[in-house]
Amino acid sequence: MMRFVKMTVNGKTMEVGVDEREMLLDTLRDRLGLTSVKRGCEVGECGACTVLLDGTAIDSCLYLTIWCEGAEIITTEGLLARDGTLTPVQQALVDEAAVQCGFCTPGIIMSATEIVGTGKRYTRDEIRKLISGHLCRCTGYQNIVNAVERAVNECADIAERVSAEHAGDDAV
Amino acid sequence: MEQQFWKKVAPMHEVGAAVQRVDAIDKVKGTAKYTDDLCPKPCLVARVVHAQIANGWVRAIDTTEAESLPGVVAVFTFKDVPEHRFPTPGHPWSVEPAHQDVADRRLLDDRVRIYGDDIAVVVAEDNVAADRGVRSVLSHVDYEELPPMTTVAQALAPDAPVLHPEVRETNVLARSDMVTPLEGTGYDSVEEALADPRYHHYEAHTETQQVDQTHIETNVCYAYMESGRITVVSSTQIPHIVRRVCGQALGVPWGTIRVIKPYIGGGFGNKQEVLYEPLCAWLTSQLGGRVVEIELPREEVFQNTRSRHPMSFDVQCAYDDDMNIIARSCSCLSNQGGYASHGHALAANAINAFRWAYKDKVGCHTQASTVYTNIPAPGAMRAYGMPQGQFTVECMMDDIARKEGWDPIDFRLKNLMPEGYSDPFNGITNHANGFPQTLIAGREASGWDDFKARYKDETGPIRHGIGMSAFVYKTGVYPISLETSTARLVLNQDGTCQLSVGATEIGQGADTVFSQMAAETIGVPTSWVHIVSFQDTDVTPFDTGAYASRQTYVTGHAVRKTAEKFRQNILDYAYELKPEARGLTIAGGEIVDEAGEVLLGMEELAQEAFYSFRHSVHIHAEETAQVRDNTFAFGTCFVKVEVDMPLGRVKILDILNVHDSGRIINPATAEGQVHGGMAQGIGAALYEEQLIDPATGRLLNPNLLDYKIPTSMDVPDLKCLFVETDDPSGPYGNKALGEPPLMPPTPAIRNAILDATGCAFFQIPMTQQRLVAKFKEEGLI
Amino acid sequence: MYDFESIHLSTSVDDAVAALAADPEAIIISAGTDVLVQIREGRHAGCRLVSIHNLPELRGIRMCDDGTIEIGAACTFREIHEDPIVAEHLQALCMAADTPGGPQLRAVGTIGGNVCNGITSADTASSVVAYDAVMRVRGPKGDRDIPVSEWYTGPGRTSRAHDEVLVCIRFPRAGYEGFAGTYYKYGKREALEIATMGVSCLVKMDADRARIADIRLAFGVAGPYPKRAVATEDALRGLAVDEAVAAVGDLACEEMNPRTSWRASKEFRLQLIAELSRRLIRETAIKGGADA
Repeated sequence: MMRFVKMTVNGKTMEVGVDEREMLLDTLRDRLGLTSVKRGCEVGECGACTVLLDGTAIDSCLYLTIWCEGAEIITTEGLLARDGTLTPVQQALVDEAAVQCGFCTPGIIMSATEIVGTGKRYTRDEIRKLISGHLCRCTGYQNIVNAVERAVNECADIAERVSAEHAGDDAV
Repeated sequence: MEQQFWKKVAPMHEVGAAVQRVDAIDKVKGTAKYTDDLCPKPCLVARVVHAQIANGWVRAIDTTEAESLPGVVAVFTFKDVPEHRFPTPGHPWSVEPAHQDVADRRLLDDRVRIYGDDIAVVVAEDNVAADRGVRSVLSHVDYEELPPMTTVAQALAPDAPVLHPEVRETNVLARSDMVTPLEGTGYDSVEEALADPRYHHYEAHTETQQVDQTHIETNVCYAYMESGRITVVSSTQIPHIVRRVCGQALGVPWGTIRVIKPYIGGGFGNKQEVLYEPLCAWLTSQLGGRVVEIELPREEVFQNTRSRHPMSFDVQCAYDDDMNIIARSCSCLSNQGGYASHGHALAANAINAFRWAYKDKVGCHTQASTVYTNIPAPGAMRAYGMPQGQFTVECMMDDIARKEGWDPIDFRLKNLMPEGYSDPFNGITNHANGFPQTLIAGREASGWDDFKARYKDETGPIRHGIGMSAFVYKTGVYPISLETSTARLVLNQDGTCQLSVGATEIGQGADTVFSQMAAETIGVPTSWVHIVSFQDTDVTPFDTGAYASRQTYVTGHAVRKTAEKFRQNILDYAYELKPEARGLTIAGGEIVDEAGEVLLGMEELAQEAFYSFRHSVHIHAEETAQVRDNTFAFGTCFVKVEVDMPLGRVKILDILNVHDSGRIINPATAEGQVHGGMAQGIGAALYEEQLIDPATGRLLNPNLLDYKIPTSMDVPDLKCLFVETDDPSGPYGNKALGEPPLMPPTPAIRNAILDATGCAFFQIPMTQQRLVAKFKEEGLI
Repeated sequence: MYDFESIHLSTSVDDAVAALAADPEAIIISAGTDVLVQIREGRHAGCRLVSIHNLPELRGIRMCDDGTIEIGAACTFREIHEDPIVAEHLQALCMAADTPGGPQLRAVGTIGGNVCNGITSADTASSVVAYDAVMRVRGPKGDRDIPVSEWYTGPGRTSRAHDEVLVCIRFPRAGYEGFAGTYYKYGKREALEIATMGVSCLVKMDADRARIADIRLAFGVAGPYPKRAVATEDALRGLAVDEAVAAVGDLACEEMNPRTSWRASKEFRLQLIAELSRRLIRETAIKGGADA
């Protein structure tokens, strides 16, 4: 049966007609053309299809689109600034040579985007755990961990600077 | 890079720089297009019907119900497809029938040789209808079943049913038996030397497992027809070979097939074979040229595509008190599963890997047999048979050293393949020897001696150990097979150029290093070389593809030769413009004369060449390089482990790979290659294993939960070093790097566990359960 | 796309109960991380689903006035792991909720699904058993409470009736007060793993910090469903930590009944039961105030 689902995808609110049997992965790829969302296993064991659902990284293969009524979804396509500037996560992956075949990359970017969004700092072991829902066969994770660590630190620096400035405001 | 402390190569400009990958930006933006990303949707979905026995025949199959299901467009069975058989491996073709690959495959077959063999196919409007069709067909199949033969021993039994009587009279696909020359040794046979009581004797039996490549993008292709020709878009390492095999499978002229290869989500050898492209091409030809897609579910990637061959080895060694290896023998059995695939080439590699790293005072006798069975057919996987043989010899080296109280590194150094060594059977030569340095550098960087001393007399349930292993790898497939490659360079109006090669980017960074190579030789910055990343057999120059760590070497020669010609063509035109000039060359993207004076820029030259009324020429070059050489790459791995014996847990504390791969073209991408290989080597050591149910032949763990590849929490920080040499046979002094990094970690971990616990393991993976059983047997827990 | 015939998006628990009551074949689906995987395998082709996904009534973690901790059935593993009440009072469950799959799965998968699937390897289930929780289900006749000791009826089976919905899991004060807790998941790798053995251990120390006043030891994958080693617990109560550690291996192996599967042998699982019990008792006792 077809149903309409109203959701916000990459900042754009839309009503999408979907087959109620569709996984979010199918809808994003085949109806909305968001092919950064990759199909690797369809059972939540590889992480290639990871998207942000209301700010949280989930596997879009194990999620029905009709459950997304009112939800906000972000894919890697939605991260790019209008002028093409990469996010700190994307730039760090480039700079740390963390990209090889690239198939797991968009999913990892989405998890890392959630991680850096906290503004917190994490140890390397914590980072390893936070990205452990992504399988990568090319990199041994070495440069991916380096890249996420770099982006985490950059974003935490910014968050701390902002909060220090605000602290200054309060003092005045 | 600060890590390279041993270097005897002269610097270049573009080659040797840690240039950013040419595809990095597209991949992080999510805009890089892989096969399914390009497939027009909705399209027809094809799902293969897989037999539910491992050995036997389909005696009856009724598709009537399936064909009547809503959404099902067509059902085809083995009765509908061409009768003839074709070969599938991604080898260069041979014009000599005796050297051609074994043709033992039909598009669909009634003879079932593996559990899940392809007997029919359902084409439907969507995957739900297709899956319903598959289940319907499966409930209307009658089989005549034979007991599955999952082991080589079963397949070699005198009464074993012959799986491919049309190509072999028994289940033995091939055998080889080689003895290194014994002239002047005083022995008539290796066995005589092995039995000589003057020497110490070592014997072992090893077993290695079936490993899956586990690329994250599953095998996927789609096909359609245009102008009476079939286009196949595929996630493949070998587009030109896919064209040939599709032509052979369909019985049509090869030129009527066009193959397009977009970005691919990893291959590791599994996409060095033509698996479902021919069926997909045939389906579109039966359905009016409509777009048909075959995207394998992960389970079918495990069950129905390739893997690493399980092998077993029986080895013997005689050695003397002075640490000299006198003689060795090695007998290998390779389980080929239901189809020939890449076949005996893997076992041949395995016994070469056993032999190459060390020299024998007298000689080495190696034998191998490759045997058809009913397990899912193994094929190419990264390092192609070599890891199995290398594991075996590296067990041997450590076991002997331990027994005699020798330092394992010293023992290896004493017997290492020398510079200038030339293989007596195929002539592959050690042209540039950084092998000893990979041991010496690793010993120092790993803190070997300190670690050994610190944990020398450790007791208790938790033990620490350090281990290492060494390897030798060849570069490309010559002289076993042809090595040939073509590159094309075309000058653009702005002075930049397009580079096209038939060699493929599969994640390893090939496009980036080809761009650097072309830039180096032309004399321009790498950013001026725009590489065409997709291959399209209609327009892309010929190359056999990504395998055998061959592309930087073989395609590298093609790129170099083409770039030299291209550069000459540019300079010839420059002389037309500046007839008075002398000694012109290209440097930093400008035409300079012998005095170093800049005469004109590349853009100026290009504009003139394109638009001159006097002489318009579109400067380009296209050259074929046939490579008639090969060379050895070397390396080591050093591992520190903590073994929690009561729980059978091995924690890798520290791991270091050291490589001599000649000149490193791009240190950043090279390190990435090494890291990935190391993680694969860790997985193979400790948990990766395809498990087959002996009663049914069915794969028990065809999913990513039960087939364990390492996660980010399972690998420690990975370290690597390069010992750079300048290989005279390589286009830029380079030699193999793509595959080798996965080899040395597995035996190094084995040897580290041996060092920690005193327990020698001869079977991989060294699972927790196997460790605990052994520790109990030894009274350690 | 998943092969099911229809899906009813319930608007409330009562609506879901009515839909289930009306259709004896319908399958209940919450987060879907188990059910959707089964559908993809072709196990329920053409089935009718009743979705209770994200129903507000099933969410939330609360401390009730009587000290009972109530965890909504639709609480995700991540919510449970990050919840301060759980972290303070239900340490073993807090640890267990951090172990299923990977982060993306834990953000979606629910404790309700984990205990309703009846699977022995379910990571949170052994802690639910250890804390002596009470399962509150709602059916056509209203709510009823099922002690967790009566919840599992066989492998993959529970005492939840077809037309009942698990509303919340209640942890009465007596089940957790004074207990330190530890969960250990033993797998072949560190993430994206199914437990080879799961052990949930709760220890309450005597006032003198030397003897074990009370202990709970529950195992996953040591029998057809998650189960406490009650006889072992009885034997260990009152012992000093060292004595308990020395005794527990044989006792637990005697009481538990793991089986051989292709994933692991019975012998290996028994070794894990013995060794992990020893280590967890010591670790948990130290957490609970025993001298290290």
